[in-house]
Amino acid sequence: MKPAPFTWHGPRTVDEAVAVLAEVGHEGKVLAGGQSLIPVLAMRLAEPAHLVDINAVAGLDRIVVDATGVTIGALVRHASLERDDAAAAAQPLLRQALRLVAHPTIRNRGTTVGSLAHADPSGEMTSVLTLLGGTITARSARGERTIPATEFFVGPLESALAADELAVSAHFPAASAGTGSAFVEVARRHGDYALCGVGAVATVDPAGAVTGLRCGYLSVSETPLTVDLTDAWNSGDDAAAATAAAARAAVDPLPDIHATAEYRRQLAGVLTVRAAEQAVAQAVQRVGTMGRDNESGHNEEDRSA
Amino acid sequence: MSEQVRSTSRNGAEVATGTVPAGARSTVAVTVNGTHRSAEVESRRTLSDYLRHDLGLTGTHVGCEHGVCGACTVLLDGTPVRSCLVFAVTAAGHQVTTAEGLGQLDESGDPNSLSPVQRAFRDCHALQCGFCTPGFMTTITAGIAENPDPTRDEAVEMIAGNLCRCTGYQNIVDAVLRAAELAKDPAAPLTDRFTEHSDAAHSADQDADGAGA
Repeated sequence: MKPAPFTWHGPRTVDEAVAVLAEVGHEGKVLAGGQSLIPVLAMRLAEPAHLVDINAVAGLDRIVVDATGVTIGALVRHASLERDDAAAAAQPLLRQALRLVAHPTIRNRGTTVGSLAHADPSGEMTSVLTLLGGTITARSARGERTIPATEFFVGPLESALAADELAVSAHFPAASAGTGSAFVEVARRHGDYALCGVGAVATVDPAGAVTGLRCGYLSVSETPLTVDLTDAWNSGDDAAAATAAAARAAVDPLPDIHATAEYRRQLAGVLTVRAAEQAVAQAVQRVGTMGRDNESGHNEEDRSA
Repeated sequence: MSEQVRSTSRNGAEVATGTVPAGARSTVAVTVNGTHRSAEVESRRTLSDYLRHDLGLTGTHVGCEHGVCGACTVLLDGTPVRSCLVFAVTAAGHQVTTAEGLGQLDESGDPNSLSPVQRAFRDCHALQCGFCTPGFMTTITAGIAENPDPTRDEAVEMIAGNLCRCTGYQNIVDAVLRAAELAKDPAAPLTDRFTEHSDAAHSADQDADGAGA
């Protein structure tokens, strides 16, 4: 339960960090919050020869909120982002999902960009970045590039980052007008890995009709999965059942000791409807706050009953 | 906008930078419970092992060593973190508070005094074997600083990341509420609501004794 020896590098700047990464290549791992990496090292599931500890790198701890959305540096801890009111106002899904990331003590140390780079398909924020169509910016000695979420997550625990690249920031687009969001999950114990989780983003028009419904999933696919469920949601009398069925058809869960594939699939259907109802209700509320009209005909409470 | 002040907290020259080869040791200096401490350690030394083995501060307990149990929780710059999931070298130049330092957090500053959280654990019988207790106390110390008036549900949420195999948690939840009360008023009387679990168990024992006599 002790990590194997490694050469420790403590760069002060991003340039120093990427210079080390260029030198050590595949022998190196980046250490940010360490809440996923250090357990892996302790259990000797990985024994990197070099660890590039970026915790003393200046300038990576900023949260920038502007009209385009929320951009966070590689050292922004989950807890800092969760507590940031400006970020929550610009993109409510961030706080909705972050409160489900492990336990508060882990969130105090773990970084959101680190979670993304870890590319765990059971991670909440990988799912959120994909659902929102966000991006990751990576720096190397060769230069900088911005990678869309859809291209970033290559496989379980595998990202598009090259061995010499450092993920320096992530960008989550702002919630546009008339949208609402929600994030729900089921875990065996509070704070555990979710058996299934669903994030939903709904768009309604000024009359309150749902014009868009997209859901993102975790723990039911090899890479973060996003599904457009607008048609199912608007499919008539039993739209909830149709939406759940569409979700069940879209996911591809694997069985493990915690749950069978069938159970995860069932959860995906149930949680999709739950998340969608909450997201639509929030969207209607936001449209209502702007225009103060058309709340009739949308009885969210009835629908969930 | 956010208020990220991490960079200003590391203005000391002791923040470790540079390179430490595998197997080599470097001097890691940390302020522990207000005292400047240092030791020569390998980079792979976790903060929990550094505190226990190198500094002899065995009040921090190590349970699972991979971040699940919460027994090793310490305050790093005032924030609860798993000390088994932080390398000592990363914590260099920072402030660490362990269970040994909690007594210094009350108004008197007397290291032999008990903090509100420690008093609450005594008042509510919130420990049995005591292995998990240091992690709970550091977590709750920070928790009631952030939320001075938690509801019972919030108290449960506050300690959800810490495992206890003895108590069944009810007395620990009581201790969170009692600690919040003591933090506001050190002379607050101990009311029934913090003792009802143990009283109920006690009277049940008495009944059993009576029946057996």
